Amino acid sequence: MTLTFLNIFIAVVIAIAFVAANAAYLVWCERKGAGFIQRRPGPTENGLWGLLQPPVDGIKLMTKQLMIPGGVDKIVFIIAPVLAMFPTIISFVTIPFSDQIVAHNMNIGLLMIFVFGSMSAMALLMAGWSSRNKFAMISSVRAVSQAVAYEIPMLVTTITVVMIAGSMDLMEIVHKQGGGFWHWNIWPLQNGLFNVLMPFSFLIFFICSLAETNRAPFDLGEAESELVAGYHTEYSSMGFGLFFMGEYANIVIGACLTTILFLGGWDCPFGLFPGVWWFLLKIYFLIFTFIWIRWTFPRTTIYSLLNLSWKVLIPISLFNLLLTAGLLKVF
Amino acid sequence: MIQTLTTPDGLVGIIFLFMVVVTLIGGLVASASERLVRAVIGLVISFVGVAGLYYFLNSPFIAMMQVLIYVGAVAVAISFAIMLAAPEEKKKFSPTNPLTGPLGLISAALLTSGLITIALKTTWPIMPKVNNGSVKIIGIQLLTNHSMVFELISIVLLIAILGALVIARGGREH
Repeated sequence: MTLTFLNIFIAVVIAIAFVAANAAYLVWCERKGAGFIQRRPGPTENGLWGLLQPPVDGIKLMTKQLMIPGGVDKIVFIIAPVLAMFPTIISFVTIPFSDQIVAHNMNIGLLMIFVFGSMSAMALLMAGWSSRNKFAMISSVRAVSQAVAYEIPMLVTTITVVMIAGSMDLMEIVHKQGGGFWHWNIWPLQNGLFNVLMPFSFLIFFICSLAETNRAPFDLGEAESELVAGYHTEYSSMGFGLFFMGEYANIVIGACLTTILFLGGWDCPFGLFPGVWWFLLKIYFLIFTFIWIRWTFPRTTIYSLLNLSWKVLIPISLFNLLLTAGLLKVF
Repeated sequence: MIQTLTTPDGLVGIIFLFMVVVTLIGGLVASASERLVRAVIGLVISFVGVAGLYYFLNSPFIAMMQVLIYVGAVAVAISFAIMLAAPEEKKKFSPTNPLTGPLGLISAALLTSGLITIALKTTWPIMPKVNNGSVKIIGIQLLTNHSMVFELISIVLLIAILGALVIARGGREH
């Protein structure tokens, strides 16, 4: 009994530490990446290559005063950032980093991640509404309509993968893709099916994870040229810090899910050096792509954003679902 | 007291009571708050409590679906409706009919007392476990034994979508 409680405690501590470390240093990576793309050095002052910037920023955020503007709905205003951060931390509990490294494997692990992912829309809505600020309000309505629109193609492509694997267990999904590079779900050849739409499925899932995490070119929620800072305009100090960390934690979740569903999880290509580092390599490559896209693409408009989802991504993903079902029935 | 709490049964009871209390508090917030958006948040708390009860009753799939659909979709849709319909909601509204308050109270009291008497007078049989609540078995059951319900629900949803389209189209010129 005590041992299991201790295990749970350690797992939770590791999950929070992983999230916090990633959130802090991804900000640094983002700034360095932006600097590289825009031909400037990025942070350089604190420590070697500016590596001490994240802890210094963290201390600055924590020592600032938490301002609660007059007229806001206090309870909701305080709950919202917590609700933005906490579901993402819980999602890490069920993500398998390798055969052994998983805090708690569930047979409905995939569903659990989507459940906690869907809570973040509620957090944005609460933050935007309770701020009593027109910019925050518009931003939260935008962010939520975007989240709802992109959740559909994301779930449909996920169902395709679940049908191929025959399970919602993340471990099981990775095991089904075992056996080398060409067995991963991104390629049309997996498991004897010749499903030519799988690369497109991967692309749809990746685009949706960009949109779900409110990243450029889909960051209509915090379009700073129109909406000041979007739903977190009124937040200062760690309230803002939690939203910021939640965003980066969501990026890590998105990269982990894409890796598990389409890139074979910790499976090594061509039998080279099997181990957990393949998983980390894949997720950090995807995160690098997230940063790369953010600093090279301009922001879209809200209409083209919604049209892309409803008129392009949903039909293609539904067609792929039907095709996969048919192929599974035939072969 | 402490001994009963530390036994597995006592702990189970505490978890059950906690979920029930969360559900009830959510319901109270939903029905008693003056601001509509706060009422939606109360509703969300209540949904999460019900999901906890499902999880407690050993059907994690239903619990997950409860949160995914009700918190992730229904509550968000309701908040959207509130934001679109009444951006500056009134803080208080008085009942138009003076009879609404007392009559509502009386009918609620009657209903509650009736339910309580029924709950207390029934001898509750302990049913055998139907299945293990896994995704596979629920899927098979939905598409074989309960396919009628499944299809009817999809027709209801289709009609709802058509109705929404008709209402949305009605306001437009073309």
